[in-house]
Formats: sequence, structure tokens, C-alpha cells
Amino acid sequence: MYGKGLRSLSIATVVAMSAALSLVFFYAPLEAEQGFLQKIFYVHVPLAIISLCGFVIGGLLAIVHLRTRDARWDYRSYVVIHMSLIFALATLITGSIWAKGSWGHWWVWDEPTLVSFLIVFLLYATYQPLRFAIEDPERQARYASVFAITAGAFVPLNFIAVRMSTSFLHPRVLGSTSNLPGPMALTFLVSLGAMALLFTTLCKYELTAKHTRAQLRALRRRLTADSPGSDVRGAGARSAAPSAIPVSRPTGAPARTAGYPVKGHT
Amino acid sequence: MTTPAVEVSGLVRRYGEREVLSGVEFELEPGRTLVVFGPNGAGKTTLLRVLATLLRPHAGTVRVLGSAVPEEDWAVRGRVGFVGHEPLLYRELTARENLRFHARLHGVAQARVRELLDAVALSARADEPLRTLSRGMVQRVAVARAVLHEPELLLLDEPYANLDPAAIELLAPLIGARSGRTRVVCSHDPSGGLADADVVLGLRAGRPALLAQGAAVAPEDVTELYR
Amino acid sequence: MSAAASTTPAAPAAERERPAPRPTAFWPTVGALLRKELLVELRTLESVPGMSLFALSTYVVFHFALNRGSVEGDLAAGILWVTLLFAAILGVNRLFVADADQGGFDGFLLAPVDRTALLLAKALTLLAYLLVLELIAVPAFSILLLGPPIGPALPGLIATLALADLGVAVIGTLVAALAVRTRARDLLGPLLALPLFVPIVIGAARATEPLLVSAHRGEPAARWLATLAVYDLLFGLIAYALFDFLLED
Repeated sequence: MYGKGLRSLSIATVVAMSAALSLVFFYAPLEAEQGFLQKIFYVHVPLAIISLCGFVIGGLLAIVHLRTRDARWDYRSYVVIHMSLIFALATLITGSIWAKGSWGHWWVWDEPTLVSFLIVFLLYATYQPLRFAIEDPERQARYASVFAITAGAFVPLNFIAVRMSTSFLHPRVLGSTSNLPGPMALTFLVSLGAMALLFTTLCKYELTAKHTRAQLRALRRRLTADSPGSDVRGAGARSAAPSAIPVSRPTGAPARTAGYPVKGHT
Repeated sequence: MTTPAVEVSGLVRRYGEREVLSGVEFELEPGRTLVVFGPNGAGKTTLLRVLATLLRPHAGTVRVLGSAVPEEDWAVRGRVGFVGHEPLLYRELTARENLRFHARLHGVAQARVRELLDAVALSARADEPLRTLSRGMVQRVAVARAVLHEPELLLLDEPYANLDPAAIELLAPLIGARSGRTRVVCSHDPSGGLADADVVLGLRAGRPALLAQGAAVAPEDVTELYR
Repeated sequence: MSAAASTTPAAPAAERERPAPRPTAFWPTVGALLRKELLVELRTLESVPGMSLFALSTYVVFHFALNRGSVEGDLAAGILWVTLLFAAILGVNRLFVADADQGGFDGFLLAPVDRTALLLAKALTLLAYLLVLELIAVPAFSILLLGPPIGPALPGLIATLALADLGVAVIGTLVAALAVRTRARDLLGPLLALPLFVPIVIGAARATEPLLVSAHRGEPAARWLATLAVYDLLFGLIAYALFDFLLED
């Protein structure tokens, strides 16, 4: 499951990103008010959308993990949230650049999406510290899933609450895409698709890497276990051979020994 | 043939990628005592916690008092008495308040609290905060807590660890062999532990290294586990 | 070979016929837990006095930080809610500490009870702490910092406090359960709680603003109270669904 299709996915991503970038720079028209700076919109908004979807998907994967108790779903949830956090940081940075260029300030409280993003970012920034503060791997995964579901539900609620509270003094350029003229809409959609592909590919890379490392550890453990008496103390290396102690059985007493060698029997 | 009180088959419990319990198997008839030996870290406490429904098995089947764990663990709770390393009591509350609290949780009449305080000889100090009592006294309250609801199965993790012989004698009718209850006891004491054992299970690094009738096991076999 | 003892089957403990024990009913369980919580708190006084003192100290700090003797309107609403929230976090941090440190979780988990009872009992406990906190902190606020008289504002304020407290209690309990068995529990609790509290702050502060003015006193806008109510309900459902997973070992 992991590693398959990674190459084709990477190629598709590179192609899509190149297409998107060319469209942004050579095809999309210059916007009247903001000029060249407006083009950051084609990066900032897809980043925002993808990272928000990522957080919600992370929550959904966490639900599956809690229901199936299968650790693989937790891996997926972790990677998706981790990647979304990076994309969210990129969203904040590009948003800040845009704000500086458009309104002269590195940060504005009037843009509800940006403000909501900051809150969501601050929340998800605690995800990894939470995980690393729990040593028991199963409990770590379970607690992380509870967090992911809570935070995933919080994302839309937060957006609604912040939007309600923000005054709309500044023109909001982050309007719906149905208002965009043709060429801009096309560029935006290609950009969005490219960003989605980038996200998926990066997630797949990270999942494959994690999975490979886990397999390596399992092999290493089996290797040290097969040579009893070896002093290698790898992660979890223990003497696997059950050193069965021969024990005599009084005749007639039904003892369940489950196949262990017993004195007097061969 | 009565249903075994405890049936364990192929039990596996992991901690991350390490197997803390690996293929544990045994059966225990009602009224009998199983004593579990093994060095620290062998998985004794983990096994006890799985039987108490505090931990879920990762593989294998576990049946306690006729119900599958974890699918039917709600049917097991309330019929099991657990004495672990922690007394599971609140230090700021008195013995009486602690026992009353557990009595309410288990739906047990308050009169039973008085009964048990007398049984563990702590009626005189029942109204002092637990933090003023000695370790041994706290352990007696813990045992009282464990048998408050008259459980059918006792799970005891080195229950006599902090107790003097007088206290051990005091608790014998409640949790000892004389109590007549089915018991799973973890022990570090080869000769003393063997005395009451109907079945002996020896664990080493999570794997069963010894499983036999109590009569057939010598203290040397037990100390062999610790090598 | 040591002499084996007690191979004769002993009589089972239940010599009389005993029916299988029924699970303890829900509300008596909540009652038992609440009694225990309040008993421990009365004995140790770890949460409520600390929270109240913290609120009073914070007002003093605000006075010096803002260099104001009297505030009103949105500034007053802001100071009130920030102080209440930070004091609440102190209570959240301590909510499960006694259980985690003294093996109380196991004791509860071994009982034949519905685990949601613990969620409800703890949330009600936190709610009780918040109510006592507010009985001290709100009058103190009106004496120390608030410009306009508080009397006419009380009905709206009480409604807002009630709704906000419900939200803080539910989220606080969930976050406390999440943070208590981690290594950095005192740090993670606030870090997790504050972003989740933001919508409550938004609703509560906006609702309280028009109340804390001397002239043209308004009513709390219904939509802010509705926002609080909806948020409380949704998080109540989330906490209900997820809490059990936090209790397992």
C-alpha cells in the first residue's frame, strides 16, 4: 500500500505545479487594484483550503482509528495533520506578505480567515507536543485521535465564530471563486489542484518513510531474537526462546501445560 | 465440568512494538488459586490488569467468569476484586469515606463498610485521613476496598508486600486461600507463594516459562525463573 | 518437593444464591462522584481559593498595566472575561490531578458504572468551582475596576455567565482529561484550552459589552447568546462521544 504509485504521483505533482506556476505568471491577468501582488492569492488561498481540508480529514482518519483500533489509521492521521500544519504556517506567511503589500501592515485583524487560521494554527501546534508528552504508544495514538477529532470539529466552528465577530472594514478579496473572471478562475483551479497533489504526495512520502522504518525495526528485532544469547539491545530486543523449565507432573492430575516440555515425557 | 473462572489463550499485549505478554495460556477452575511468578518486567502486573479489564488484549482470547474480555467487560466489572501496587484510595479522605465512596460505586450497602472496617481492625482509625495512616494500614484499607462488593474473583498483585505477619493473618479470611474465592496472585516469594498455589504460572519477559500444578513445583523451579 | 496445600476444592465464596450484580445506576454514580469531589475539595481547598485569589490579583495587575481606575464597555467586558478564563484554567489544571496521582482512575474503572458519569460529575464540579469563583470575582470586579453600576447589568450578565460557564466546564473537563496523564500536564492544559475557549470569549465578551456602559445601556444581543449555546451543545456532544477513550489505560 505504501510506496506504490509514489513515482507517478511525484511526476504528476511536478507537472501540475509547473502548469500552475506558468499560468500564474504568464496567463492570469493583472488585477486592477493590487497589481502583481494579487498573484499571491493563487498560492495563499489554495494553501488555506488544502490545510483546512487536511485538518478535517485528519479528524476523520482519527475517528476510523478509534473505531478500528488499527494503528495504521493513526499514522495516516498524524501525517495528514503534520502536513496541514506546515501548509497552515505557509498560509499565515503568504497571508502576512499579502497584508503587508495591500494594507501596509504585517498583520490585520479584519481579515477573519487569517485570524481564524492563527487560532487553528495555535491549536494544532500543540498536537506534536501532546504526542511526545505521552510515552505509551497506544495511549499516545488514542489521545492524539481524541485531540484530532476535537480540533477537527473546532475548525469550522471557529471560522463561523470569528467571522461573526469581525468588522468588515476592508474589502475582502477572498470572496467566492464564482466572482472570478474566466482566466483567473482557471488559474485558481489549476493552482488548487496542484496544491492538493503536492499535499498528497508529501503525505505519501512521509507515510512510506515511517512504514519502512517500522519494518526495518521489526526485522532488526527478529534478527536479534533469532540468535539467543546475543547481547544486542535493540529496541525491544528480548530473549525470545521460552526457556521452558522441565516440571514433573503427578500422574492423573490434569495439568494444562500447553506443549511445554515436561519431565518424564519426551 | 464447571466453567473455568478464568480462561486465557494466546494472550498478547503490546507496548508499542514490544510484546509485554506473549502467548500466555492457562485455565483456572473456580475456587482455585493461580500464583504467578516472574522477575520484574515479566508481565505479571500486565496480566493481572488484563484480567481486571483495565487493559485490552491485543490478540488471543480471555474469558473471565464466563464473559469475554474486552467485548463483555461490563459483565466482569463488579465481580472482580483488585489489589494492585497502588491502594486506589484518596489520601485526603478517611478510610470510612473512601470505602463509602467505593460502596456507592458498586451499589453496596453502607453497613458493609462498617463490617469490613471491623474485619481489617481499623474501626478505631476509620475517621482519620488516609495520609496519617501507615503503609500497612493503608494496604488493609485497600484490601477492604477490594472485597467490599464480595467479588467472585480476586486479582492480587503482591498483596502482602507491606504487611507484618499479624496483618497477613488478619487479611487471610478476606483474600487468603481460606476465603474460598478464586484467586490470581502475583508473588515474589517462592516458598510462601507456593504454599497456597493450586496452579503455578511462571513468566519471563512476557512468555510463559512454567505452567504446572502447584504440587509439582519446587521453589528451585521458581528461582530458576529469576536467573 | 514442597507439600502442596489446599487441593480440596474450597466452597465458592457465594454460599448463598447471589444474582449477578447489576451495573450501578447512572445518577447515583454521578452523585457518588460529586460527593467525593466536593469532599476532597473542601478538605484540601486546592482549587476554589486559588482561582478566586488569582482573579483578584489579576484585577490589580490590570489596573497597573492599563493605568486606569475605571473601565467600561468593551474594555470592561474584555478584562472580566480574560480574568475569569485564566482563573478557570487554574481549576482545569487541577481537575483530574488527584485521580491521576492517587490511582483514582483504576478505582473508578473497576466499578460496574457508566464511564460517562465521570465526565458529567467532573464537568459539574468544574461548573460549581466557576460559580463560586464568579460569586467572588464579579462583585470584586464591580468594586475595583468597573465604572458603571453593575446592578442593572446583572440579568444579562448572569445569563451570559451561565452559558459561558457551561462551555468552559465541558471543554475544560475534556482538556483536563487529555492533559493530566502527559508529562507536561500543567503546560499542555492551557495550550489546548485557550484556542478552544476563543469562541466562548467572542460570544461572552460581545454579549457583555453593551451591558457594562453607563449611558445607552443595551441588552446582550441574542445571537451571541445563541452562539454560546450552540457551541456548548456541540462540544457537549463531542466530549460525550470521546471521553471514554481517554479513560482507558
